[in-house]
Amino acid sequence: MEAVKFDACTEPLISLRGIYKIYKMGDEEVHANDGIDLDIYKGEFVAIVGKSGSGKSTLMNIIGALDVPTSGNYFLGGKNTSSMSDNELAEVRNHMLGFIFQQYNLLPKLSILENVELPLLYQGVKTAERKEKAMQELEKVGLADKAKNKLHQLSGGQQQRVSIARALAGSPSIILADEPTGALDSKTSKEVLSYIKQLNSEGKTIVMITHDPTLAKQARRVVQIMDGKITFDGSSEEYGKL
Amino acid sequence: MESFKMALRSIAGNKMRSFLTMLGIIIGVASVIMLVSIVHGYMNSMIASFSDMGVDQINVYVTNTASRSLDTDEFYDYIGEHSDLYAYMTPTADMPGNLKNGSESMSYTSIGGYSEDYLNIKGYKLQAGRNLSYSDMVNANKVTVMGYYTAWYMFGSADAAVGQKVKINGNVFEIVGVVEKQDQTYFEAGGMDDFAWIPYSTAAKISKSGRVSNFIVSVRDSQRSEEATADLENYLDSIFMSSDLYSVYANSSMLKEMNSMISRLSLMLGGIAGISLLVAGVGVMNIMLVSVTERTREIGIRKALGAKRMAIMTQFVIEAAVTSTIGGIIGIIVGSAFTSVIGTAIGIKCTPTISAVLISFSVSVGIGLIFGYMPASRAAKLNPIDALRSE
Repeated sequence: MEAVKFDACTEPLISLRGIYKIYKMGDEEVHANDGIDLDIYKGEFVAIVGKSGSGKSTLMNIIGALDVPTSGNYFLGGKNTSSMSDNELAEVRNHMLGFIFQQYNLLPKLSILENVELPLLYQGVKTAERKEKAMQELEKVGLADKAKNKLHQLSGGQQQRVSIARALAGSPSIILADEPTGALDSKTSKEVLSYIKQLNSEGKTIVMITHDPTLAKQARRVVQIMDGKITFDGSSEEYGKL
Repeated sequence: MESFKMALRSIAGNKMRSFLTMLGIIIGVASVIMLVSIVHGYMNSMIASFSDMGVDQINVYVTNTASRSLDTDEFYDYIGEHSDLYAYMTPTADMPGNLKNGSESMSYTSIGGYSEDYLNIKGYKLQAGRNLSYSDMVNANKVTVMGYYTAWYMFGSADAAVGQKVKINGNVFEIVGVVEKQDQTYFEAGGMDDFAWIPYSTAAKISKSGRVSNFIVSVRDSQRSEEATADLENYLDSIFMSSDLYSVYANSSMLKEMNSMISRLSLMLGGIAGISLLVAGVGVMNIMLVSVTERTREIGIRKALGAKRMAIMTQFVIEAAVTSTIGGIIGIIVGSAFTSVIGTAIGIKCTPTISAVLISFSVSVGIGLIFGYMPASRAAKLNPIDALRSE
């Protein structure tokens, strides 16, 4: 299995080695991830595609340092996350990763601007600077005029754009998008996807999880997961020929 | 500062939940303050009215005067020698009898024989005329000092009464003085202001017993009543050689009994107050548990965005602290207000006691903090993905 590399860097940004995630369901053991090895380099746009229950979400959570594998090593930026404490993992998420969730996961009690400010708040950025940076990100997604609004005043597509702004606020090197268009209609889906593509062209590494092969083809590299194992890893052109 | 602002925002953003949390604390704090303060005020008023009866007085009764007697002059000398402990002494001679002004009879007036020091023992002042004097005692003069009501009833005023003559058990007495009005509430026959004092020597002569058997001694410091009681018992023992022939009774011992009753009452009160605090605490605890549980997802989102455990904890603890403190302060205000309103209504001077305020405030706020902290601490330890998945 030869990984297609788009970046000349010798060190992969994300490196998974022998990742197993095993859930105990009564007496039965479910291998959500069953020995995954994966390298992702800086600047790549990777789609992880698979059916529901294939283990792609589990993999996404492990890459996002939201969950820890049962066994195996996960190197992020050359550092082994397996040996990290809860707080060190929080720091890694804060500085290196930006999340775009299917259900947005925005905080309804806060204003749009405050939602975008959150990663900066946890980075310890001072108030004035934080507001300015968050405002810049909102401008990029075309929602600067809604900064003071509450979440419920926004449409689904607008909310997802807020979550893109939030993902970018902390200046992470990796953007993790979990079914980013799953809750949106086709028009707004295209819009959101174009934002993601633009981010990639600006140098962000993108890892996108989807069950939709059509969407996966929009990426430059596709990794297919089935029953917790990688069954395909290649360019989107090769994936299209399958 | 940042987390403080965040806490305020979150409290304002969840008005219902914040209000319910505060309500528990408000009720807890206010009820404890009211309960303790009102009962405290009631007890104080009881003690105050009791103090009027003279806690510095010790009564000496000689029960059997047939075999041995206590010589009045000797007793006077003894009291005088121990003036560091004793202030005044008077022999007392109750005189069942009636007081007449011409044909008009005063049947409720209390008549008794005392020394010139009785005025001081009672702590009264004269309205008109003079007090009984030492020479009245020595000469057994037929003079009397009257209460304000008695004088007013018979002669219209204190000044008019001085110099007038009245009959006590058929003997003519001259009114030499009238005492100031004592009881502002009840001015009636048989009340505090209806009395006639005559020299004890005169009383002994008229009642034909010729001997005085009871005494009232006042101590300089009511705190030393017990010591004085013991001292008097020693002295009387040396005279009578038996403790059966006399009895010594300090008014303050009644106060002591009352104090122990009050402390038992306070203990009971503390129990009741404790229960109401506990009930309030359980309410706060419930709200806090529910609030953290329903916010597990929020905790998950914040953790995913890079919040460390400490940041989550700080947020929730500050929120709990601010909510509980605001609730506590409102509780103090409400409790104090109700205390004075109820106090006025039942006619007792009630002021919130500092201990009630401090204890109820710190206990409720403490409960708010602990039960804000515990579930938040549990949630902050969750894997972010587990917290995110919770609905």
